[in-house]
Amino acid sequence: MSRRGIIKPGYMRAVDLKNGCIEMVHGSGGRAMAQLIHQLFLTAFDNEYLRKMNDQACFQSFNGRMVMSTDSHVITPLFFPGGDIGSLSVHGTINDIAMSGAKPSYLAASFILEEGFPLSDLKRIVDSMANAAHAAQVPIVTGDTKVVEKGSGDGVFITTTGIGMVPEGINISSENARPGDKILVSGTLGDHGIAIMALRENLSFHTSITSDTAALHDLVAHMITAVPDIHVLRDPTRGGVATALNEIALQSSVGMMLYENKLPIREQVYAACEFLGLDPLYIANEGKLIAICTAEDSTNLLNVMRAHPLGENAAIIGEIIEDTHCFVQMQTRFGGKRVVDWLSGEQLPRIC
Amino acid sequence: MKYIDEFRTGTLAQKIAARIASEVNPQRDYHFMEFCGGHTHAISRFGIIDLLPDNVHMIHGPGCPVCVLPIGRVENAIRLVQTPGLILCSYGDMLRIPTASGMSLLKAKAQGADVRMVYSSADAIKIAQKNPQHQVVFFAIGFETTTPPTAVAIKQAQALGLNNFTVFCNHVLTPSAISHILQSAEVRQLGIVPLDGFIGPAHVSVVIGSQPYEYFAEEFQKPVVIAGFEPLDVMQAILMLLRQINTGRAEVENEFTRAVLPKGNLKAQRLVAEIFELRRVFEWRGLGLVPYSALKIKSCYASFDAEQRFQIPALSIADNKACECGAILRGVKRPQDCKIFGTVCTPENPIGSCMVSSEGACAAHYSYGRFRDTNHATSKEN
Repeated sequence: MSRRGIIKPGYMRAVDLKNGCIEMVHGSGGRAMAQLIHQLFLTAFDNEYLRKMNDQACFQSFNGRMVMSTDSHVITPLFFPGGDIGSLSVHGTINDIAMSGAKPSYLAASFILEEGFPLSDLKRIVDSMANAAHAAQVPIVTGDTKVVEKGSGDGVFITTTGIGMVPEGINISSENARPGDKILVSGTLGDHGIAIMALRENLSFHTSITSDTAALHDLVAHMITAVPDIHVLRDPTRGGVATALNEIALQSSVGMMLYENKLPIREQVYAACEFLGLDPLYIANEGKLIAICTAEDSTNLLNVMRAHPLGENAAIIGEIIEDTHCFVQMQTRFGGKRVVDWLSGEQLPRIC
Repeated sequence: MKYIDEFRTGTLAQKIAARIASEVNPQRDYHFMEFCGGHTHAISRFGIIDLLPDNVHMIHGPGCPVCVLPIGRVENAIRLVQTPGLILCSYGDMLRIPTASGMSLLKAKAQGADVRMVYSSADAIKIAQKNPQHQVVFFAIGFETTTPPTAVAIKQAQALGLNNFTVFCNHVLTPSAISHILQSAEVRQLGIVPLDGFIGPAHVSVVIGSQPYEYFAEEFQKPVVIAGFEPLDVMQAILMLLRQINTGRAEVENEFTRAVLPKGNLKAQRLVAEIFELRRVFEWRGLGLVPYSALKIKSCYASFDAEQRFQIPALSIADNKACECGAILRGVKRPQDCKIFGTVCTPENPIGSCMVSSEGACAAHYSYGRFRDTNHATSKEN
């Protein structure tokens, strides 16, 4: 008796997302790849652009200025308290776009997958990306996957690229800081880096700190509505606030004076840094921003930030001063002064 | 953070600063050497200089373990790690020290050598347990503070029967270095380095106690105040030194009473004495050959001695000619007196070891204090 007819025409056995793993065939361009993309990525990211199954997304262009940014994510471990490489990769690019004051519009995502990587983990990551993109209302409209042989990757690397639209009248750039301006941060510093560090094999300490990974574009939208003349926005990721401020100082040819007693730092982060010999100013953040605006605007901006859930611990931490050497200095809580220098060397590898 | 914030209070700092200002004799200068890199770091990081009168000068001492290790020993480690299958473990800063040719353990790692950064000697033991087919060498450095943990690692390795674990021992002794500085011509005859007193080590003294310093106070008539590494400790120690000098005393005083006892930690001392013995002589960067200033592993523990197992030769390699680390470590020069400071030699591209460790005088001044050099103000550091 023929078995034909028992199996529905067009049926293909589903990819085993529970127990399966990435194989070289998933990157070979054949049916297995198409099936994985369809069953996993398209299902999770579903939107009108992806559904067309083209190699590119096609959409109407905007009037006005657009911004574009890209960010690769190689974090280890892939899953951490407060997030995972998936949510991080969505937030990372959204934030890079938002730091121009732009409203992020679309994302592209590119995956490098290592042979043997469990599909259940990949599904967790892809679902997390989908949730993050959905929550941020920024669709992932095109993508790519590649598979590398076992040993040539570290599970999964994700690159996201995004574009966004800058509202009329907004001109935010790292070269715009002016002497007299105030420096604000949107919340506690160092949470992401310390949450990641606590998971590292050779650093055996436990903390209740979770990563602060978050998309900041909504906070930025509120900020620029209240204060359109924000001079600089920057998300202090790798290298922390210290490195971001040094970059801005150099780009704007100004100096800075920070006040140590104004820095919002959680007790646990402060303690972990003490134990590990680190400085919270150099620890990475993934859901915080630095804003620089005129002294007149600063109180208003601070209040707007504090009224937003992602800015409730916002603080004015310092001011811009004239300095041809572009030093970022800090008035210490102790009563002295010191340089807050660029990060030198590597504090901790692969944190984002 | 409890037990930390109490020692960093700005209001208390102002009070001590006011006392120092009122007790200082304006007719003279005071030159104090903080021996330890930990103090150097605290002075720079908290901006303590800004709280001192202009005639109180701080001189950075040689108490940074990474800084005083001679290049020959770093070269030894770099050659050793070329051994196929060998894993070399060390503390982070060691990896970045450049040799005369610009090589470092970090560069050796990038070229394929198996170099692991560890936070403690116990991590090296774990690596040895996990890799029984590999030789694991712990590149041990440091003063009396890090010696007991190395001793514990050797005891553990023995108890676990680890035959793939050895220690490349570079532990050095604080009192010998202080003696050497005080006996140097620069201090005694030439007067190039004016020295009125010492801020004594914090953590080292927890292990060795306060008694070993009595000799310096007595013999060289220099007051010593043992101080903790927190900024208020340093301020208080400066005040105590000042008072000793103003009243003509030269004593060992202990500001760090919450941790240091006169006899130190006897258990740790016994453990160290069981495993290690004095080297007849050891080379220090900056100080040269200093007699009886370092430890080696006793012959009964020779099976854990990397120098024995791998026949590590004695190498003496000169520092880069432009580098002033030697003079800086002796207190003869300040970081900003070095021609290549902040130009050729930076924390990203260190030429000398003082620019490597955050406890090094050059790195501390570069990272925290170099804005003072541009103010055309007379620097109070030295």
